[in-house]
Amino acid sequence: MAIVKTEGLTKKYRDLVAVDHVNLEIEEGECFGLLGPNGAGKTTLIRMLIAASPPTEGHVWILGKDLQKHAREIKAVIGVVPQMDNLDPDLSVLQNLLAFARYFDIPRKEAHRRSLEVLTLFELQNRMSSQIRELSGGMRRRLLLARGLLNQPKVIVLDEPSIGLDPQARYLVWQKLTELKSQGVTRLLCTQNMDEAALLCDRVAIMHLGKILNIDTPQKLVERYGDSGVVEIEVDPASRAGLIRQLKERGYEYTEIANHVHVFTADSDAALQGLVTSPLRLRRRQATLEDIFFRLTGRSLLE
Amino acid sequence: MRLFSWRFIRVWQRNRDVFLRLWRPEAPGFFAEPILILLAMGTGLGAYVGLVNGQKYIEFIAPGIIASYAMFSASFECTYGSFVRMEYQRTYDAIISTPLSVEDVVAGEIFWGATRSLMTGTAILIVASAFQLIHSPWAVLILPLAFLEGLMFGSIAMLFTAVVPSIYTFNYFFTIFVTPMFYFSGVFFPLTSFPELVQRLSWIAPLTPLVYLTRALVSGQFYPGLIGAFFLVLGLTAVFFLAALPAMSRRLLK
Repeated sequence: MAIVKTEGLTKKYRDLVAVDHVNLEIEEGECFGLLGPNGAGKTTLIRMLIAASPPTEGHVWILGKDLQKHAREIKAVIGVVPQMDNLDPDLSVLQNLLAFARYFDIPRKEAHRRSLEVLTLFELQNRMSSQIRELSGGMRRRLLLARGLLNQPKVIVLDEPSIGLDPQARYLVWQKLTELKSQGVTRLLCTQNMDEAALLCDRVAIMHLGKILNIDTPQKLVERYGDSGVVEIEVDPASRAGLIRQLKERGYEYTEIANHVHVFTADSDAALQGLVTSPLRLRRRQATLEDIFFRLTGRSLLE
Repeated sequence: MRLFSWRFIRVWQRNRDVFLRLWRPEAPGFFAEPILILLAMGTGLGAYVGLVNGQKYIEFIAPGIIASYAMFSASFECTYGSFVRMEYQRTYDAIISTPLSVEDVVAGEIFWGATRSLMTGTAILIVASAFQLIHSPWAVLILPLAFLEGLMFGSIAMLFTAVVPSIYTFNYFFTIFVTPMFYFSGVFFPLTSFPELVQRLSWIAPLTPLVYLTRALVSGQFYPGLIGAFFLVLGLTAVFFLAALPAMSRRLLK
């Protein structure tokens, strides 16, 4: 049975449909990735899943219970790691965790034990009595993650958990998130980092303009939409228009990124060389999740 | 409409913990200032003022100072204090992702505001007693009254906080609503010394009944009009408290 299930979940603002009839089934213990460009509706969708935003239409069930009716009970077993830092700057690191544990009615002694445990997990045990403003951006983010685990959640919702982290801290976070799998914790990961999604997620959903375009394992998505590989063509501005016209005429699928055009094709390099008169620099490589992301959601900015 | 649960105490506890860490910079505003005003106005201006009943001026203003600063405490806490937590620190967002609801948060904030009123009232009452300005044992009831007053002004402030676009809007709240009450609710002068229009406005200001109730508890002289004043305070508290809950829900649960 799906641990998180939505049916026709929709959020409308005055002149905008932020989330448009989303149906999701997230299985117990999996890491489910939610990918999409800014403005795709990811954060709004997540806010509805944690009862911070009432849906305009549709339903959410978590652990088989209707979220609208059992919000308190369900929130007790969800961990939330928000994108925006909402640590309590009036309290020290340890006090932050103790106050948070109190919201969950965790007894004082147990709260202490768990606080030390999660601080150690994210290598913050030496910063217990620090002020929040004394922490670096990376430490704050690790503390947010630590706080999200305090209630030993069955489902943890992570909105861009590794944003602003240096590579060392990012790998630490990825490792911890992977370890949660062995504890059977279901993870809903909202990210724009394709490496993160490919590495951590069992399945990903690609979201665009409020809709879910595709749900599959990262590997199958890449196979389905990029099995033929990608040819990166470096173009100079003068020959760009000509190349694009040729690609369109011959029905190639492509995306434009900076001064490169990425073409999804198994055709030989020679065939592509013939497209324009000036010599082209070509590089053939395997398709990645990022290619698929661009292919499905387009290249231009939404906002 | 959804009401709050006992879990509101968790928000109160959070605010208490912060207060215990950070009360020192706040102490002058809420403890020293009212005591300075009481002594400056009471002894300075008091030297020129003769009251009809022969009462000393400082004795006349002491209960009003208690009531006013109880008002200021809850009003500041539930406007600027709450707004900073809600909008800049995102503390409310963090709390409502736990089993607490928006209603619990609002109730916790208002009860904390009332606690601030109680603390302020207690401090001034102790100083006033030390200066032998308190003559009735009934004065001990000023403490629960200050708490009730804090609930009322905290609720009014919280309703306002739920609808303001920015923190600067609180200037209106204090300039148009709170500060005039300080001067026109019978704290420094009996209402009868004002022109009739001002008197009428003063009678509908929510601070006025509290000034009269506090004054009666200090002097131990009671009269039937106080019953109406007490129920007016109770009624206003209930109305504004119940209005603040859904207003804040609308703001936060978007």
